[in-house]
Amino acid sequence: MAVGVVDAAIETHGLRRVFKTRKQVVEAVAGVDLTVRTGEIFGFLGPNGAGKTTTLRMLATLLPPTGGKATVAGCDLLTQPDQVRKRIGYVSQAGGSDYEVVGRFELTFQGRLYGMTREAASKRAAELIEMLELEVCADRTVKTYSGGQKRRLDIGLGLVHDPKLLFLDEPTTGLDPQSRARVWDEVRRMHDRGTTVFLTTHYLDEADALCDRIAIIDYGKIVAEGTPEELKRAVAGDVVTLTVAGSSQAALDSLTDQPYVREASIEDGSVRLYVDRGEVAMPAILRQLDAAGLQLLTIGLHRPSLDDVFLRQTGRSLREVAA
Amino acid sequence: MKLLRDIWLVFGRYFWIFTHNPAWVVIGVVQPLLYLFLFAPLLKPLAATRGFPSGGAYNVFVPGLLVQLGLFGAAGVGFSLISELRIGVIERLRVTPVSRVALLLGRALRDVLTILLQSLILILLALPFGLSINVIGVVVVLALIALIGLLTASVAYAVALWTRSENSYAPIIFTSTLPILLLSGVLLPMGLAPSWLRNIALVNPLSYAVDAARAVFLGHLGDPSVVKGVVIMGVLCLISIVLGARAFGRAVA
Repeated sequence: MAVGVVDAAIETHGLRRVFKTRKQVVEAVAGVDLTVRTGEIFGFLGPNGAGKTTTLRMLATLLPPTGGKATVAGCDLLTQPDQVRKRIGYVSQAGGSDYEVVGRFELTFQGRLYGMTREAASKRAAELIEMLELEVCADRTVKTYSGGQKRRLDIGLGLVHDPKLLFLDEPTTGLDPQSRARVWDEVRRMHDRGTTVFLTTHYLDEADALCDRIAIIDYGKIVAEGTPEELKRAVAGDVVTLTVAGSSQAALDSLTDQPYVREASIEDGSVRLYVDRGEVAMPAILRQLDAAGLQLLTIGLHRPSLDDVFLRQTGRSLREVAA
Repeated sequence: MKLLRDIWLVFGRYFWIFTHNPAWVVIGVVQPLLYLFLFAPLLKPLAATRGFPSGGAYNVFVPGLLVQLGLFGAAGVGFSLISELRIGVIERLRVTPVSRVALLLGRALRDVLTILLQSLILILLALPFGLSINVIGVVVVLALIALIGLLTASVAYAVALWTRSENSYAPIIFTSTLPILLLSGVLLPMGLAPSWLRNIALVNPLSYAVDAARAVFLGHLGDPSVVKGVVIMGVLCLISIVLGARAFGRAVA
């Protein structure tokens, strides 16, 4: 194995997963190399079907890899799955709590599965109920919970044994903004306590706001990795978006060869330009459009977002793909 | 030791779910009553037919009912597993260090327990109608029914994990249990059947369980068919547990 980061919570080399159906062979994860450092919040960003969940399920021992190897929480994924299971928590997209069961019962039962005594498990359940502010609903069946309460219970189930490493698969999908903010707070609190968090998301703002480092995955391959700032900086300069009264294609054609334009494309009917310095480029763009006889409708200048990173790496907009 | 503890924990969870759902408890008690009162009376006149074994209508029929209870009581258990798969409960359990055998056996033993309670109710209710059996006979028959239930439940869970959908699970389970049931002589003794049908019944493992149960109810505890039935069910049970536990351990997309 290559010389890795000493303090790595996860390290994978060439991790692959192929699914065979009757008609075709699909390579859901096509050789993923990544390193997650201990104590960080690591975000796995990508559109639906990119291979996020498949990678997560492999790392959580739920799905055997077709190829490659990985060390998770200090243990070899392939030869020591039981050791990995003891050290990690995993909260799936679906959650994991049963609607017919009382929340406190689920938490206590989960603790017992990790070898706790009855007393230790019910003490830990009480702690988690207080920490996740589930007191009002802890003794009711889960079917009476709100979406946010259920999601917090699901996260609690993943935290019962105080794992060093927690996997969260799209933790805020389907939640209202308020519940979403609550989940973010919980993730930050885990981070403060020293837990490594590996989460997947297809929300750019979530990855940006929450994660120390991000890997962008598309078609089963990692296309970019770094801190949100690094990734945004790699998309050099500024982004100018503009719309014209006539043909966008004509506007694109007249601008694409200008010296100050690094890259140009059409997204959602508007022209998108990557430029070195926005304040220099803007007047030049206006003059050029004027000369081409194109009437400008809107023009905007912004710093690159993670969507720009995604667009640059994959040629597609994440918003488009997610829709 | 860890295995036993894990089985006990998983059993406890599913037993809790069962006892906290009054509908299941009521259905569990009413089902044997229906069998006894709506079907058994049809047998009285039949008992005089040529080819019908001696020993009284109830002693011939109740063992068949019990076997049927074991088979049908466990055949449908996969439905709840499929809904648990969908809401992520099974993934959540599989990611813990809990034994995969316990994930199967804990819930299958809960199913067996309910089948045994139903069987006991059925036997007790049939006594006033003229069923005669001693305590050892009851114990042997319940052991046999437990094996049938465990076998069926393990297979049902394996099929549920394999299909992951009610739309595939239901036809597979119901089209396979029906011929198994009909060919076991549960409803009417195979002694009444033409020889070709009887030959097919010979490869049906459940017919050996029915023969064993009938022998016990006729007071022939030492009959070779009893040992044969228990051994065949026991071996199949072990195989089905291995298959079922593997299904719990194996990941599916």
